[in-house]
Parts: sequence; structure tokens; C-alpha cells
Amino acid sequence: MSDTDLEGFRAETRAWLEANCPPEMREPVRDEDDVYWGGRNATFKNDAQKAWFEACRDKGYTVPAWPKEYGGAGLSPAQAKVLREEMAAIGARPPLSSFGIWMLGPALLHFGTEGQKQRFLNEIARGEIRWCQGYSEPGSGSDLVSLQTYGEDKGDHWVVNGQKIWTSYADKADWIFCLVRTDKENKYQGITFMLYDMASPGVSTKPILLISGSSPFCETFFDDVEVPKSYGEDVPAYVGQVNRGWDVAKYLLGHEREMISGADGGDRTSAIGAAMLRLSGELDPVLRAELAQFDVDALAYSAMGEKFLDEIKVGKAHPAQPNMMKYAGTELNKRRHELMMAAGGTRALEWDSGETDGGKPSRNWLRTKANSIEGGTSEVMLNVISKRILDLPGA
Amino acid sequence: MPLYYDDDQTMLAETASQFMAEEGSIKNQLRHWRDRNCKDGFGHGLWKQFAEMGFTGMLVGEDDGGLGMGQVEANIVLEEIGRNLTPSPFLSSSVLAATALKHGSNDVKGRWLPDLVSGDKVYAVAIDEGIKHRPERIACRAEKSGNGFRLSGKKDFVVYGASSEMIVVAARTSGSDADKDGVTLFAVPQDAAGMSHDSVRLVDASMASHVTFDNVELDGDAVIGEVDGGRDVLNAMLISGRVGSAAEGVGVARGAMDMTVDYIKQRKQFGKVIGEFQALQHRASHLYSEVEIARAVTIKAAQLFDAGSEKADLMASVAKAKVAKVAGLAVREGVQMHGGIGMTDEYDIGLYMKRERALQEFLGDQYYHAGRVAEMSGY
Repeated sequence: MSDTDLEGFRAETRAWLEANCPPEMREPVRDEDDVYWGGRNATFKNDAQKAWFEACRDKGYTVPAWPKEYGGAGLSPAQAKVLREEMAAIGARPPLSSFGIWMLGPALLHFGTEGQKQRFLNEIARGEIRWCQGYSEPGSGSDLVSLQTYGEDKGDHWVVNGQKIWTSYADKADWIFCLVRTDKENKYQGITFMLYDMASPGVSTKPILLISGSSPFCETFFDDVEVPKSYGEDVPAYVGQVNRGWDVAKYLLGHEREMISGADGGDRTSAIGAAMLRLSGELDPVLRAELAQFDVDALAYSAMGEKFLDEIKVGKAHPAQPNMMKYAGTELNKRRHELMMAAGGTRALEWDSGETDGGKPSRNWLRTKANSIEGGTSEVMLNVISKRILDLPGA
Repeated sequence: MPLYYDDDQTMLAETASQFMAEEGSIKNQLRHWRDRNCKDGFGHGLWKQFAEMGFTGMLVGEDDGGLGMGQVEANIVLEEIGRNLTPSPFLSSSVLAATALKHGSNDVKGRWLPDLVSGDKVYAVAIDEGIKHRPERIACRAEKSGNGFRLSGKKDFVVYGASSEMIVVAARTSGSDADKDGVTLFAVPQDAAGMSHDSVRLVDASMASHVTFDNVELDGDAVIGEVDGGRDVLNAMLISGRVGSAAEGVGVARGAMDMTVDYIKQRKQFGKVIGEFQALQHRASHLYSEVEIARAVTIKAAQLFDAGSEKADLMASVAKAKVAKVAGLAVREGVQMHGGIGMTDEYDIGLYMKRERALQEFLGDQYYHAGRVAEMSGY
């Protein structure tokens, strides 16, 4: 696409957003219910949220870069970038948030059968089914491949028993994409990437309370859950091949790390010194110096994020580079929130006041501590860099 | 503009990389001239080769006999200079002085640029007036005198000053020391009466001068740019030099890191290659991440400067501060991971540490630039 065409697309997009994005949807997300997750039991917070979601759904803008036949808008990478930029320019909220979009979708686009794509991608794009991700288990965090949840082969179905942990929004999800051991003899080649309904008999969930006072996380239990091997012609209940789910999981972990790293331009990479001065009125000179050092690192990381995305587009990025982005981005985000707490002073300590939007500064600060744990710990990221980029022995 | 090299730039990087590793290597250049106590601190033969490669006049416009390239290209050469610790006046002469001269009149360009491009002469810049970089204050004074000026004062840290045929001097022609206006840039020839050098060898074996101007008489045509209006040219020169020294620093960091990672893959202790120890692996991987980030922001700063963006000044300081932090980490980890032999003169890792320290001070250290980032961000 030529630059002229792209500028035409930009103008169209701007006009479309102007006509379809309600003013209420151009405000920063403040509460959990400002985010629309879709699903069977979804409710809209208000008419604006509904209108914005429906306009985007009909245009394919819940998943702009997916092909049209799967509910997307079929945008090229350059067009998708323009759309992101134009949405960012007006502060538009995402119309639909979903693990289906971020995680399962990319896996299906890469590994799925045509039947799976037709069914599941369209459901995801239209926000009809809300998915959760069943990876971690109580004994299998960083060493994910040691997972024990077992699916016993019963011919046309499996019987799944076991427990998952850190299952985000499991209590609100309709379906789960789940790593299940189907061969006890093979560590890596004995895991199947299954898809099944959370309403199946034997599935139960229990929320986990975190230090931040709330959390999306749950424990999820499977007690003789029957999972059929197929949902119809060309719609297997697993992604990729039976016993080869680890390939899918690895592919998705790359995606997840990229997302958590904030390489897509989350605010974790922006400078904060000026905002902190406005907040506290005056900065202690030592804090000012720390903020300045942070801003240097944040602005530099932001350039790295830009470089990383540019290189991904043309296939120049090292395949293990997402691990580096994840490591550096999450460590930076933790530091950012430490400094925001320091600059926020006693106000930032308020746990439950209107002044702090219900304790946002302290809750966010506590929440960020998980950044360097979830999706692979910082230590695991460093191991991967040692092994795959620096080629250090025995790593 | 994407943040990676285009085809021409990739080719330049390959050429520069090969050239510097062969001709500009530590053994052939830095150690060679250092061990002979060379008064210049760099080899003129190599400098002629720089000219043959087209490096000397990269930033000079095509109308003036140069290649009319940008900061991104100059940075490619500087990164290779950093990796090989190649002593040369490239940063002072071909980046800083060239950037200043580009803003000069046709007479100024005609007088100085041909010899810069051909590599027949090298030039230096005189900015600092104390032990820390503080170009906001300029006390060196040039009084009107007949058709020209009479320059008096002192400049410090004039890198390769005594070897230079001309020095670009930032002096005050009106106002008080901290004024933005009232600054003028002069091209002061080496043979100007009243100019003297106290030339000293620095920790990294390079040479720098304390320069004294004692009523140095200058013609009116020594002025580069506008009288009293030199601050903009000075700033352009500073940004170019800062982004350039950041690129050299990235090279130093990469050179030190590569050497160290190679070393820990070989060195055995406790019956194991020490690179197997997670304590070292994690530090090496952290260093790798930081070096990549420093490199990205340096390329970004160079692109912004070439594009004439208003953000170039901010991003130049971000790059300079980030690279200084990271290159410092690279050389400290380098010496530590090398263990005892890292302290010996025989091994090269210590030379990286020395160069990093000198480069850190050149045009402002990490603290100065982090402070500028805070100021430019409004706090």
C-alpha cells in the first residue's frame, strides 16, 4: 500500500472514529466494569459501551488485523498501526478485551483447522464466548512443562482430572483453553492443548485474594470432566496435534511475553517525572534524581519497543527477543510504581477513598509485583536469554 | 522511519565493521600508539585510510566535497570505533567540527572543509571551561578589535587539540556568562599567536589540551555563523556530538560485553566453565538487555536529529545518559567477570573501562544528561 493510500485510510479511520466512538469511551479506564469482556453473561455498563462495542464488531475492529472471514477487518500491518495510532490519539478504549483475542486467536490462526477458525475466531471477534487460559498448576509455575492435570483417553473423549491455578477470570469465563497431560511418559510431547466448556460437569472455580485486595485470578478444579475429542466436522477439541500442545503453548507464551512487556506502547514505558511533580507540588531532590534516571530508562525502553515492533514486522528480531522485552519492561514497570508511591506520599496510601479512585495507586503498585512473575519470571527470561541469545553453556 | 538500518546503511555497517576490526584494531592502533607514547594519540596513516573510505567527510554536504550523509551513518562508524577502541579524531573533527562548519559562510566552508574531507587536517572543538561539561555558561571572551576579535580565556578537555590545525571555539562576544545570547563560534587556526596548549595524556591514552587564549587576534572571517547568535549552531554541534558519543559508547559496551561473554564460555573454575553458573548468566543477560535498549535509543536519537525534529535534543540526552549508564555497567561487569586477569594490562578488557570513563565525561556525563531530561520534561 502506498503512502498516499495509507493517508487516505487514515482520514477515513479518523472520520469513522469521530462518528462512532462516543465521548464516554474516550476516557481512561478507571474501574473493572469500564472494560468490556464479552461472553454469554456479559452486560454493558452503559449505552455508550454497547454502542462502541457493536460499531467495532460490525466493522471488524474488535480484531482489526484478522481476516474478514473470521470476523476481522483484514487490515494490513501498516493499516492496523494507523488504526492504533488514531485510536490512541483520541484516547479510545478497547471495544473488547479478551484472552480469545490476545491468546487463543493467534494460536488458532497459526495452528487451527479451517473449521476451528470459522467457529471459534468468529465467536471471539463477536465477543460471544469469553475464554480463560488454563496453564499454571500449583506445582508447575515457571517449570510449566511439569504440569500434572491428566486427561485419560476414553476413545471418543478424555476424562480430565487435576487443578489449575492463576486462571484469570475463570469464574467469569465460558470456555477454557487448557494444557492437559495426555501422555505420562513423555514430558514435552505428552501435553494436549484442549478447548472445552467451563459449564461442563466437574469444573469448579474459586477466586484467589491477592495482596492488592482483589484479583482476576482463580483456582480451577477438574473432577472427572468429560471432554469430547471433536465438536463437529473439522472442529477438533484440541489445537494442533494430540500430545503436541507444548508447541502451541510455547508459541503463545511468546505472544504473552510481548503483551506483558508493554512493547505495544502501554503507559509503563512513558516518563513520569513531570506528572509526579504536578501530583506532589514539590519533589525531594533525591526523588527528583531517581525520577530523572527512571525517565531516561523509560524513554530508552520506549525506543526499544518501537525498534522491536519495527523489526518483528520485517522478521529481523531475534526469536528470543520477546523474553528480553518482557524482562526489561516488567522490571521497569515495577520501578515506575515504586516511584509513583514515593511521590504520592500519604495520599497514595489511601486504600479505599474517592480521592484515589478506591486505592488505585497502592493497588496498582501491589499488582505490578506480579509482572515479573506471571508469563514467566524475570529469572526464567534471563535463563532464556542466556541460552538462546548469548549461547552460554548449560543454560 | 523504521528503527533499523536500510540496505545502504547495512552495507556501510558491514564495511565499517570489517575495516575497523582489521585496520583499527586494539593491537594495531590503541596499543601500538600508546606503547610508543605517541604525542598525537592516534595514527595519521589510519586517518588517511578513513579519508579513503569516505568516512572523514560523511557529514559534509556533497556541494562541499563530502558524502552528505547523516548522523545515523556517522553513528554506524562510531559504533565500530567504540567496539575496537580505535583512536581517531573522527568524533571531534568529522562530527563536531564538521557540524559547526556546515553552518558557516561559504568562505568559512571553502577555507576549512576541503582539508577535513581529504583527511589532510584534523580539527578540534573547545567547549568546556572546567572539569565538568557545562556549556550553558561560557566565560571565554572575544572582544571586538578592528575588523576582527581579540580572544581571551581558557578551555579544557580539548580532545586532540594539539594535533589539530584548527579549533572551533565557543566564546562570549556580549552579555554575561550564563546568557543564551552573546555566544559566537570561531574557527581558530593552530598557528594563531597567543594560543597555547598544555597537552596531557588521559587515562584512555588519548590526548587532550588545556588551551589558553591570550589576546589571540582573529579576523572577522574566523566567525562561524552569526556574531552573538552562535548558540543555535553550538546546540546543533552538541546534539550531533552527544548522539555520536552515545554511538561510540554503544560500541564500547558491545565490545566489552562480547569479550566478556566469550571469556566466560572458556574460563574454567570448580571443574566447570564459569558461564554455566547462573549467577553470571543472569548478570550477562541483564547486561545484554540493557545494551540492546541503549542501542535502540541511540539510533532513535540519530534519526530524530537527521529529521530535524524538536525532540532530538531531549532524545540525545536520553541516549547519552542511557549509554553512559549501560557502558559503565558493561565495563565493570567485564573486568569483574574476567577476574584477576581483568586487572592486567595484557588483557584488553581494562582498556574498555578506561575508554568508557573518558567517553562518559565527553559532552556531559550520565548525571548531567539525566538532569537535562528532567529539566526539558518540566521538573
